[in-house]
Amino acid sequence: MISSNLSAIFYLISGILFILALRGLSSPETSRQGNFFGILGMIIAISVTFLTVGNFSSAMNYVLLFLVIGGAIGAFIAFKIPMTAMPELVAGFHSLVGLAAVFVAISAFLNPQAFNLGSTGNIKLASLIEMSIGAAVGAITFSGSIIAFLKLRGIMSGSPITFMGQHFLNLILGIFIIVLIYFLCKTQSESFFWGMMLASFLIGVLLIIPIGGADMPVVISMLNSYSGWAAAGIGFTLENTALIITGALVGSSGAILSYIMCKGMNRSFFSVILGGFGGDTTVGKEKKKDQKPVKSGNAEDAAFLLKNASSVIIVPGYGMAVAQAQHALREMVDTLKKNDIKVSYAVHPVAGRMPGHMNVLLAEANVPYDEVFELDDINNDFANTDVAFVIGANDVTNPVAKTDPQSPIYGMPVLDVEKCKSVLFVKRSLSPGYAGVDNELFYRENTMMLFADAKKMTEDIVKNI
Amino acid sequence: MEVDPFIFRFSIFILSIFVGYYVVWSVTPSLHTPLMSVTNAISSVIIVGAIIAALASSSNDIFEMSNIFGFLAIILAAINIFGGFLVTQRMLQMYKKKKKDKK
Repeated sequence: MISSNLSAIFYLISGILFILALRGLSSPETSRQGNFFGILGMIIAISVTFLTVGNFSSAMNYVLLFLVIGGAIGAFIAFKIPMTAMPELVAGFHSLVGLAAVFVAISAFLNPQAFNLGSTGNIKLASLIEMSIGAAVGAITFSGSIIAFLKLRGIMSGSPITFMGQHFLNLILGIFIIVLIYFLCKTQSESFFWGMMLASFLIGVLLIIPIGGADMPVVISMLNSYSGWAAAGIGFTLENTALIITGALVGSSGAILSYIMCKGMNRSFFSVILGGFGGDTTVGKEKKKDQKPVKSGNAEDAAFLLKNASSVIIVPGYGMAVAQAQHALREMVDTLKKNDIKVSYAVHPVAGRMPGHMNVLLAEANVPYDEVFELDDINNDFANTDVAFVIGANDVTNPVAKTDPQSPIYGMPVLDVEKCKSVLFVKRSLSPGYAGVDNELFYRENTMMLFADAKKMTEDIVKNI
Repeated sequence: MEVDPFIFRFSIFILSIFVGYYVVWSVTPSLHTPLMSVTNAISSVIIVGAIIAALASSSNDIFEMSNIFGFLAIILAAINIFGGFLVTQRMLQMYKKKKKDKK
C-alpha cells in the first residue's frame, strides 16, 4: 500500500502523459510517440490504483480476469475493424465510456464508504452532486452514442426523426433531471437516483434521433466531448487528479472538434443540435432535374482527359468511403504519376462522417500524407489545375454556396472545383447531396459526369489509361 | 480560513481545459480521427474508479451489488483502453510520407 500523497503525484504524472499524448498528434511524425505516452500514462494510473487499494483479496483475481477479458475484446475489435467503419467504432467506444461512468457512479452511490464519500444514505452533498452530474452526462453519452452508432452503421435510417414538441419535451426532461438531482441531494433516496438515470438515458436518445446522417461529424465530436465531461464528473467524486485532467482534456477536445465541424458547414452548433436538417422531403429537386443539359461520359473519356492533363486534384467524399474506392483511387493516381502528372488531394473539413475520416482512408490506401491538403491550403490551386476528380463528394463542391444567398448552404466554405479547366464528377446519379441542394456544377460546360459506382469507375479508368 | 480541497481540484480542472484547448488546436486536421480514438482511450482512465469499486469490501461477499457494477465497468473500460490505443496505433502506422523526396 502506498500513501495517498504519493499516489496523487503518480496520478498527476499520468495526467501529464495524457497531455503529451494529445500533443504528439500535432504531426504524424510525433504521433506514434504520443500514443506511447498515452499507454504509459494508463499503465501508471492502473498500477497506482492497485497499489493504493492494496487489497489483494480473492476479488483481485476477478479484477484481473475482467481486465483481460475486456482487453481481449478490445484488441480483437481494434485489429479486425475495417477503416471505413471507424465512425461507428468511435461512436461505439463513446457509449462504453458513458456506460462505465454510469456504473462507477452507481457503485459509488451504493457503497460510498469505499470511495471515502461518507456512508450509505449519508453521502457528502458535494460528492452527491458531482456523482449525479457524472452519472447523468454518462447516461446521455451512452444512449446518444448508441443511436449515433445505429445511424452510422445503417441499422437505423440516417434521416432525422422529428415530431411535434420535441424540443419542448427535451427541455422538460432536462429540468426534470435537475429537479430529481435536487431531491436526491435532499433525501438521499435511491429512487430519485434511479429516476434521474432513467431520464438521462431517455434524453440521450431524444437528443440524437432528430440529427441527420451528414451532421454526424458534429454529433460524434459532441459525444466525444460529453464522454470527457462525464469522466471529469466522476473524477471530482473520486478526488482523482488523473481523471479530472483527462476529463477536461477530452471535453475540450470534443468541443473544439464540434466547433471546427460546424464551421466547415457554416452552421451554428444549435441548429445542428436542434436537428431536422436534410430530410427526405426536399422541395424543388424534381422540377429542376430535366431542365438543363448534362454532359456525361464513360471511363474512356475520363481516362483520355486525365492522361492529357499535367495536374490533377482529387476531391474525395463520403461516397468514396461507401464504395471502398480508396485503393482503386490510389492505383489510378499511381498510374497518372507514372505519366508525370502532378496529383494532389483536397479534403474538406466535413467530408465523410467524422473529423479526419477521409485522411484515414487515404492513409490506409498508402497515400502519403504530404500529398493531402486541407481546404485553405489548396483552394487557390484549382485555378491552375487541369482536371479536378470529384469522387463521392457533392455539397462541398457546390458553387451555389458562394453565389446564391437563398441556398441553405450559402456561406459554407467550398472547394473551388469549378475553377479547374475540366471537372470529372464520379457519382451514381444526379440526385442532390445531403443538403438537398442541386449542384450547379453538374450542368457546367466544363463538367463531365461519370455515372457509376465510385470503385468500379476508378478501376475502369485505370484500365483505359 | 483554509481553502476547500474542492477548489484545488476545480483549479486543476479549469487549467486542464485551457491546456486541452491549446493542445487540441495544434493537432493537425488530418489526424482528427486518431485524436478521437485516443481521447476515447484516455478517458477510459475511469477504470481507476471501477477498480476501487470492484475491490471495495464492506463484507466478505465480493459480489455485492456495488462490486458487480465495478466489475462491469472494468470490462467496458478495458475494451475501450485496449481497443482505443490499439486502433489509434494501427491508424497512425498508416500515415506515411512520400518515399522519394524528403520534405
